[in-house]
Amino acid sequence: MTFLENHLLSILIFLPLLGSLVVFLFPKTSNVKLQMVAFGISLIEFGLSLLLLRYFNSSSHLIQLVQKVSWIPELGTSFFVGIDGISLWLVLLTTFLTPIVILSSTIERNVKSYMACLLILETAMLGTFVSFDLILFYVFWEMMLIPMYFLIGIWGGARRIYATLKFFIYTMAGGVLMLLAIIFLVYLHYDQFGVFSTSLLNMYSLQIPFETSKIFNIQSLLFLAFAVAFLIKVPMFPFHTWLPDAHVEAPTGGSVILAGVLLKMGAYGFLRFAMPLFPEALQFFMPYLIALSIIGIIYGAFLALAQTDLKKLVAYSSISHMGLIMLGLLILNTNGVSGSIFQMLCHGISTGALFLIVGIIYDRRHTREIASFGGLTKVMPYFSVAFLMVTLSSIALPSTNGFIGEFLILLGTFEKNPLWAILAASTVILGAYYMLWMFQRVMFGPVTHPENKVLSDLSLREICVMLPMIVMIFWMGIYPKPFLSRMEKSIDYLVSNYKHYDLGIYEKHQ
Amino acid sequence: MLGFILLFPLIGFLVIGILGGLFGKRLPNSVVATLGCGSILLSLVFSFYAFIQFLQDPTASRELSLTLFDWIPQLGVAISLKLDPLSQLMILVVTGVGFFIHLYSVNYMGEDPGFARYFSFLNLFTFAMLLLVLANNLLLLFIGWEGVGLCSYLLIGFWFEDNEKAQAGKKAFLVNRVGDFGFLMAMFLIFVTFGTFNIDSLKIYEIHEAQLPSLTLITLLLFIGACGKSAQIPLYVWLPDAMAGPTPVSALIHAATMVTAGVYMVARLHFWYALTPFSSSVVAIVGISTALFSASMAFFQNDIKKVLAYSTISQLGYMFLGVGIGAYTSGIFHLITHAFFKALLFLSAGSVIHALHGEQDIQKMGKLSSKLPLTHIVFLFGLLAIIGIPPFSGFFSKDEILWMAFNKHPLFWVCGWLGALMTTFYMVRVFTLTFYGPSHHHAEHPHEAPPLMALSLIVLAILSLGGGMVIGGHFLEQFLTPLFTKHLEVTLSSHTEHTLMIVMILSTLVTAILTFFIFHKKQEWAVHVRLKFLKLHTLLSHKYYVDELYQFLIISPIQKGAHFFWSIIDTLFIDGTVNNIAYLNGYFGSKLSFMQNGNLQRYAFIFILGVLAILLYLGKYV
Repeated sequence: MTFLENHLLSILIFLPLLGSLVVFLFPKTSNVKLQMVAFGISLIEFGLSLLLLRYFNSSSHLIQLVQKVSWIPELGTSFFVGIDGISLWLVLLTTFLTPIVILSSTIERNVKSYMACLLILETAMLGTFVSFDLILFYVFWEMMLIPMYFLIGIWGGARRIYATLKFFIYTMAGGVLMLLAIIFLVYLHYDQFGVFSTSLLNMYSLQIPFETSKIFNIQSLLFLAFAVAFLIKVPMFPFHTWLPDAHVEAPTGGSVILAGVLLKMGAYGFLRFAMPLFPEALQFFMPYLIALSIIGIIYGAFLALAQTDLKKLVAYSSISHMGLIMLGLLILNTNGVSGSIFQMLCHGISTGALFLIVGIIYDRRHTREIASFGGLTKVMPYFSVAFLMVTLSSIALPSTNGFIGEFLILLGTFEKNPLWAILAASTVILGAYYMLWMFQRVMFGPVTHPENKVLSDLSLREICVMLPMIVMIFWMGIYPKPFLSRMEKSIDYLVSNYKHYDLGIYEKHQ
Repeated sequence: MLGFILLFPLIGFLVIGILGGLFGKRLPNSVVATLGCGSILLSLVFSFYAFIQFLQDPTASRELSLTLFDWIPQLGVAISLKLDPLSQLMILVVTGVGFFIHLYSVNYMGEDPGFARYFSFLNLFTFAMLLLVLANNLLLLFIGWEGVGLCSYLLIGFWFEDNEKAQAGKKAFLVNRVGDFGFLMAMFLIFVTFGTFNIDSLKIYEIHEAQLPSLTLITLLLFIGACGKSAQIPLYVWLPDAMAGPTPVSALIHAATMVTAGVYMVARLHFWYALTPFSSSVVAIVGISTALFSASMAFFQNDIKKVLAYSTISQLGYMFLGVGIGAYTSGIFHLITHAFFKALLFLSAGSVIHALHGEQDIQKMGKLSSKLPLTHIVFLFGLLAIIGIPPFSGFFSKDEILWMAFNKHPLFWVCGWLGALMTTFYMVRVFTLTFYGPSHHHAEHPHEAPPLMALSLIVLAILSLGGGMVIGGHFLEQFLTPLFTKHLEVTLSSHTEHTLMIVMILSTLVTAILTFFIFHKKQEWAVHVRLKFLKLHTLLSHKYYVDELYQFLIISPIQKGAHFFWSIIDTLFIDGTVNNIAYLNGYFGSKLSFMQNGNLQRYAFIFILGVLAILLYLGKYV
């Protein structure tokens, strides 16, 4: 075991934070140089994160690459990080998207702070995905709000203050509920074991009282507190209204990160905390949550149909897709959960790419109204190819990544209850409807607005931004095995043992 | 070798796409044409080689498979291909007819600025179609299935600057998605019931009595998919609109290959359809109904391509009748001959359109027989094939389906016979109005097809003439029938067969001659009849208002619902509640803020009030 292997996760967490400091203290220089410095840092980060694939042992479901350092001994809190098959790819998704977002930036104002915010955000996101301590998780969870608050509030659109406040307060409200539940759990642990601990692994072994006869008992209240925090973040119907506002006002990079990674944190939290900690309550609420997921799928798709603003359309399509992801998790069988985690990656890439696409034409025309475009294929042929491919991924055409995730989730759902699958599969038709309709209105037809006749095609920088996304779309669609095989063990374990879940720490034998 | 058959069109697509992207309009057409046609030719050569090999092999060992790599390991799905006599015939049709359509396109699309884009899409289509045909599991078949749908979408909307054409492409994709919804459900049910998608494993799976209801449901759901792709009732509505694409595309995708995928799938999964008589009957009844229904819609269409589109739907109906009654070989036989003569008809229609600089309205044509002699002759070949005059190819295959159908139930034959006469009527009408009758066009010098177009037309004309004689009868019987474990048995005597055949031929001839005479010499008769049955004519020429009905029943409720959800539920209720909670907070905050206005005296006052309240409260217990 090398030093790097032992400390890889903490290096990954703190490198961007350090990087943000470097960017911030960087001598006054041109915006492009600052952008390149930040890009370089995030690229090194991505390179390092690829080492995870080398060190990760996909034949074990245990937590790997663990690092545990005592932090607040009075509470039993430690800096406790590790990864398993569930979080591995989410970490890589984060480190993959960050350099792309940095490179895609066309911000001209306060570039230094913008780049610093993105890097701090990366730290927070990575920390959330790898924490195995409740307090540590909570710290990263809330830490992520701050840079995001500024990203929308400073570099956002006309109604940015409204949007960022709504985002902040809404998520915070959920977060506070979760904090209460965490405190309760810590005391419960003290009651049952006589010591304070905030380690998630210790929490898994708690006996949390549950009474079938009462809706509101200890376990179900705790479950609801966690669940609401996560469901707001996902966001699940009917907690979704902050999302379109936040997306519309956020700068392109903010939207990409928001859709690409932040929403996944809700689903991840649900999977990591809410489900295995409170299995009985989960059972109890499952039908309602599944109903909400399915409503969300159809409702989001319908709302996407009605939109006239490109970003809003993509935002509502996100709500529909996240409904599908939640459905897959709640189904709790191998196909459902693995499809769901796979779909998180796909959604991160394809919706992220969609926001980049919208950003590219917004930069040229400073409008997102669908009606002010039309016929762009003629003017921007490269752009049209990129847009088409991303659209295909979003409508889950076989051979793109979206198909694998969607198919597995729907298959898993069908195995559990065919009726749910029939309802959820309406996304196959509705998704194609709103996406192709949007594509037609933006890209096809005659060029009706004279200002669109002179739009420039993709620049080299934009090609560099889109290309990795498109490569991933087809790679994951045609050869998903490397992705699926690394999550397999963790998912199998979760699916068969979520009622008495107990994750151990993986010891590497030399 | 299987890999190569697939690989060439894929390489063709990628290379043309990349070169086209890099060099744009500077890329010479000749390079694109060579790459585009060359890839298909190579694929054709390999397919033919495989075919020759098969012919030398004993019947039992005519099989070739290839597994490339794991796709979705947890479902046991790999990228695996399989060549058997059925897929063998299909790849010959796809690459053979496909090659000549590619060749034809070199001339036809020669002046189009999107030449490279066109050929890359056409190559991609060929790849997807070959994948569909060669797939050894249903999920892989589905990649090809949706892949051809994508290419169809892109090529229908090839001239995307025309909104109507883009719209037609989208319609095709969405209607197909409705069918694919059924297909997906079928796949889920298959996996739950049998635990595999592999066609070979499914074929040898021993089905219990208790599984038959599921199997019936599976076959019906799969047929919904087939209805979408192969344009059967009620999902046929996209195909007439699909004629917005370039004519060679209509020939290749919307006549010869892609639209027959549904028939192919039913034949490929014959072992299930043979076990589920109910589903098979549904297939046959939907098939023959579509055949009649769409033939009637073709009656008064004036767009030459639309007539051919409706006739394609109608002929696909005959194929479904064939596979539905269990006459799989006959269904596939008609699929093959139809690929020949319908491609020929489309391409010769394309030649007319090309000559008249884009005119598609047959009322604006006429008297072209002398000006376009070659096109005239080859169109005539196609016509004779589709109406089933011996020895043209269509005669053999249609006759075989109808004879088999008569064995199943005489009513099928009667309907099929009626459909054949209707086909004769509208096809002869189109032919006469285009090539005979008074001239209505203004083109000074309509030019005959350029060399590559002419070559393709001649080859397809030969196939339309001889295809039926060569592959019909013994060849197919020996090559294909052993594949189908259970095939419809012929019980009636050959004497009946001959009587039916003669009735069919004679009535077709009479109808053809009469129609020709009316539209050539006595057009006023037609006008008279039209006026007499004006309502019927309006109904037919408006295609029974089915598009309007779908718009009213499905599309506009969805759109209205979307706006209702958006403006009322989401904005007003859900977001309204969220914001009101926030405002309420602010409201109470501002109301309570009088307590903290910084005035020390007021603080003291409130403080004293508080103390008093506590004292009073405690006083109760003292």
